[in-house]
Amino acid sequence: MKIMTCPINGPRLISEFAYGGELRAMPDPAACGDDAWSDYVFHRNSAPGVKREWWCHTPSNTWFIAERDTEQDRILRTYLYGEQP
Amino acid sequence: MPWRLLRFGLSKKHPEPRMFTPHAELKKHYDVVIIGGGGHGLAAAYYLARDYGITNIAVLEKGYIGGGNTGRNTTIIRSNYLTPEGVRFYDTSLKLWQDLAQDFDLNLFYANRGHFTLAHTDSALRTMRWRAEVNKHYGVDSEVVGPEDVKRAAPMIDLSCGGHAPILGALYHSPGSVARHDAVAWGYGRGADQRGVEIHQQTEVLGIETEGGRVRAVNTSRGRIETGKVLCAVAGFTPRVLDMVGIRSPIHVHPLQAMVSEPVKPWLDPILVSGSLHTYISQSARGELVMGAALDPYELHSTRSTLDFAEGLSSHMLDMFPFLSRVKVMRQWAGMADMTPDFAPIMGLTAVEGFYLDAGWGTWGFKATPVCGKTMAYTIANDRPHELIGGFSLDRFRDYALTGEKGAASVGH
Repeated sequence: MKIMTCPINGPRLISEFAYGGELRAMPDPAACGDDAWSDYVFHRNSAPGVKREWWCHTPSNTWFIAERDTEQDRILRTYLYGEQP
Repeated sequence: MPWRLLRFGLSKKHPEPRMFTPHAELKKHYDVVIIGGGGHGLAAAYYLARDYGITNIAVLEKGYIGGGNTGRNTTIIRSNYLTPEGVRFYDTSLKLWQDLAQDFDLNLFYANRGHFTLAHTDSALRTMRWRAEVNKHYGVDSEVVGPEDVKRAAPMIDLSCGGHAPILGALYHSPGSVARHDAVAWGYGRGADQRGVEIHQQTEVLGIETEGGRVRAVNTSRGRIETGKVLCAVAGFTPRVLDMVGIRSPIHVHPLQAMVSEPVKPWLDPILVSGSLHTYISQSARGELVMGAALDPYELHSTRSTLDFAEGLSSHMLDMFPFLSRVKVMRQWAGMADMTPDFAPIMGLTAVEGFYLDAGWGTWGFKATPVCGKTMAYTIANDRPHELIGGFSLDRFRDYALTGEKGAASVGH
């Protein structure tokens, strides 16, 4: 099975983790128009590549960022949000 | 018999006709370019040529015909969906399926088996009743049945599913069928080829040129083609093609895996689906058990297989059919599913004039092959969406008007 490294708990089986989607900036809901909001809610940057994503180590409920190559299925690095090396 | 076969094979008197005409060169211009030589793309080419007389068409396929999700699905055909849009659409498809072998003069191994969607919880049973009522309203043969009916149709089943997920009932859909998926792509391909459509395999699209919001040309690995109309029917590759024309979409790609067992004697007639156990199973004409499960849990643009999947699916399979414990898994594979937030497809016109989309087919595209071909051919020929695909436009996300098909489209959600 694939191994992912949790920034708190170290290397664990990927079945212990939940995928939370790509890291995206939320527009200000009060200020942005309907089109910008629906773009944020629904649209995704879905072509393959290296992406920064939210992941959660479910037994410890640790949310963190993983950089992952979505074409090669490779996890490049993981770190806590705001602690990018 | 083998000698006769060998003599036939070597004889020049009875050459086996080729399914497709090879074309050495791409032409400079086509009226329509179809990206993707799977079932959907070839069906659109077929109906454009047959029903609208548009034959100057190139179908461009990066790999080989039917090598994508057309050849990777578990071949189930049904129309017991949840939304009125979905039921009407898939039922039109089911009716087209029934005459398709005659249309093509090709054996599709279309086998009407009956389809049970098992309910293991009260809430699942509630959705089954909802689906049955919507289905009946639109004339689709669909009803809620009890566990004893499931047992009668599949006597080998353990109704308690290992004791932890007892079957409370099922949605029974008698027209549920399976067909040989390769033959579908080949049948549509041959029919299109005979009517003058050019099929170019090993031809990758590298870019799409637009001018003033209109499609102008397609750049391929074998040269540039001028065209005013492009149909994108590429399943898991959709985001890459959409990036070429600068269209944003809610599509996200996850692999969907499946596997088959070694062939065994026929023992399972109907198709069985269990949402709670994330499982669907049917027995092919060759005797293999064709088995599928839920999507892989994270985005990935790869068709790799995993042991986790084979283990998880086998475990659920044994809950339903404990006697299979000694049957071996023979083959495992994956396809890239282009998922949408509401589990309905994305079809029709786009913001780029002349660029048509047949996408978002996630895990539910095979059964829709004929109706997709037919409605996309209409849409391309008339430059307006066919009435059956009105609920599937890309604009529905901008308008917050989704077509919620999640309860009926797939397992494991």
